[in-house]
Amino acid sequence: MKVFVVAEHMKGQLAETTFELLGKARALAGDGGEVIALLGGHGHKDLAAQLGAADKVIYADHPALEQFNPQAWCKAVTQMLQGRLPGLVLVSYSSQGMDLASGVGTALDVPVLAYATDVQADGGRITVTSQLYGGKIMAESAVNGDSAIVAMLAGVAPADAGRAEGSPAVEEVSLEGLDALQVTFKELVEPEGGDVDITKADVIVSVGRGIQSEENIEMAEALAQKLGGVVAASRPIVDAKWLPKSRQVGKSGLKVKPKLYIALGISGAPEHIEGMKDSETIIAINSDPKAPIFEYAHYGVAEDLFDVVPALTEKL
Amino acid sequence: MNIVVPIKQVPDLVEELEIAASGKDLDREWLKYKINEFDDHALEEALCFKEAHGGQVIAVAIDGEDVDKALYTAAAKGADRVIKITGEVADNSHAHARALANVIGQLDWNMVFIGVQAVDERDGQTGVILAHYLGVPHISVVTEVQQSGGGVEVVKEFGGGIVAKLEVQPPAVFGIQAARQTPRYVPVAKVRRAMRGTELEEMDAGSVDVTAGSEVVRLFKPESKGGAEMIEGSPEEVAAKLAEIIKSKL
Repeated sequence: MKVFVVAEHMKGQLAETTFELLGKARALAGDGGEVIALLGGHGHKDLAAQLGAADKVIYADHPALEQFNPQAWCKAVTQMLQGRLPGLVLVSYSSQGMDLASGVGTALDVPVLAYATDVQADGGRITVTSQLYGGKIMAESAVNGDSAIVAMLAGVAPADAGRAEGSPAVEEVSLEGLDALQVTFKELVEPEGGDVDITKADVIVSVGRGIQSEENIEMAEALAQKLGGVVAASRPIVDAKWLPKSRQVGKSGLKVKPKLYIALGISGAPEHIEGMKDSETIIAINSDPKAPIFEYAHYGVAEDLFDVVPALTEKL
Repeated sequence: MNIVVPIKQVPDLVEELEIAASGKDLDREWLKYKINEFDDHALEEALCFKEAHGGQVIAVAIDGEDVDKALYTAAAKGADRVIKITGEVADNSHAHARALANVIGQLDWNMVFIGVQAVDERDGQTGVILAHYLGVPHISVVTEVQQSGGGVEVVKEFGGGIVAKLEVQPPAVFGIQAARQTPRYVPVAKVRRAMRGTELEEMDAGSVDVTAGSEVVRLFKPESKGGAEMIEGSPEEVAAKLAEIIKSKL
């Protein structure tokens, strides 16, 4: 089987997920199969040397691909795939991949599968497992036809399997229609330094929707203070402006690996899990015993956090 | 500029989800629905844009559970027009996108703000597919749209808190991750007033000649990987046990 991997990069660095996808692609391609990495950029050809797990790299260079301009990248990846399918195309379900997977899939009229945690290709028949409804339900889908674009969640395949020595052959392709675009990339803005760096904390007390109000965050602060830790949050809390962006854990926030991560009122949506699953010890307190967070936590309490947290702070 | 905001009802994840006897869909009989939270942010960002720069906000929704209420709520929040899309539309992103494109194509519009994703979008994000059907560019994971010169400046979020600023000449579709401010709340009384004072327009979905490109073979609940050791007891007992565990780990 022919398996394509869209290589994602930013600021000259390939994404960790690119290696996860390459490892997965290697396994799917099997003996006699081919793994082809699709690399775009402007002066980024050198990155191909890190894509040793692929048999071949298709590289396209264009000024519009220097940064991630969704319109330019969709056109580029579409053109790189044109005439090379059938095959399976793996994309990360990241901010870049969200524009690419559905965009390229629709442009090429190839089935798109999102939220994927696994892909199987038995005898050319493609089956994809997706994590839906915030991680509460899994769906197994059979793809119609012999091609698909699969947007895979981060962390569902080991990255080590996709790291290999040796420079694969690079085939450079030229692109059309990227000179007059409606989208222009202006600038990349680094996050403002917050008051604390949560990625450096040994203890994180993280709050989610279950904390219910801005005032209640004080309760988490009290617990964090007892433990010499810091307060972080899941996305809804930051969207509500109850805590600054610098405190957000998850896919669009920061990845943390503290010694202790205490999740208060966090259900455990895949986007949040991505940011904290490698913590050494995870304790989750959530009144919903079916909350996905309990799958990832080492210790769980399915009780009202407003009863347990003050009592815990008292005991420490 | 006129902004179209497609809104969609999704199962409320606070409720227990059950799988139907067919094994291929949720058991929808007792399912509670709520507006896709990202669509709520899309509506908020559209209303903020309108308040700053003028233009109209048009909320559209494909007919389904509690859709009238969602549209009247959008009207109560400040949407200028609310349109229900009627007709046969299969429950997948491609079909939704095609129906939306058919209707939006008949409107006087410049931008579409739509939730960046929904919890049930198995076959890709409706917004991106919609952009393709409309023949316009798209940007996903957007957190702010501001008028700038003849076009708009859009903030797109990446991981690690890094964002990009992009300039776009509409028409375009933006997948909104979060509005610049918390979505506004409207009291029930205001929604009721909107129900009396707003014309809920209806438009036909037209020909929806697309498929998801894949079939659900089965749905299943994630297998437990053992998961957490659950600690039970009174709040005091639980707190005591947790304190012990925490002390042993630090």
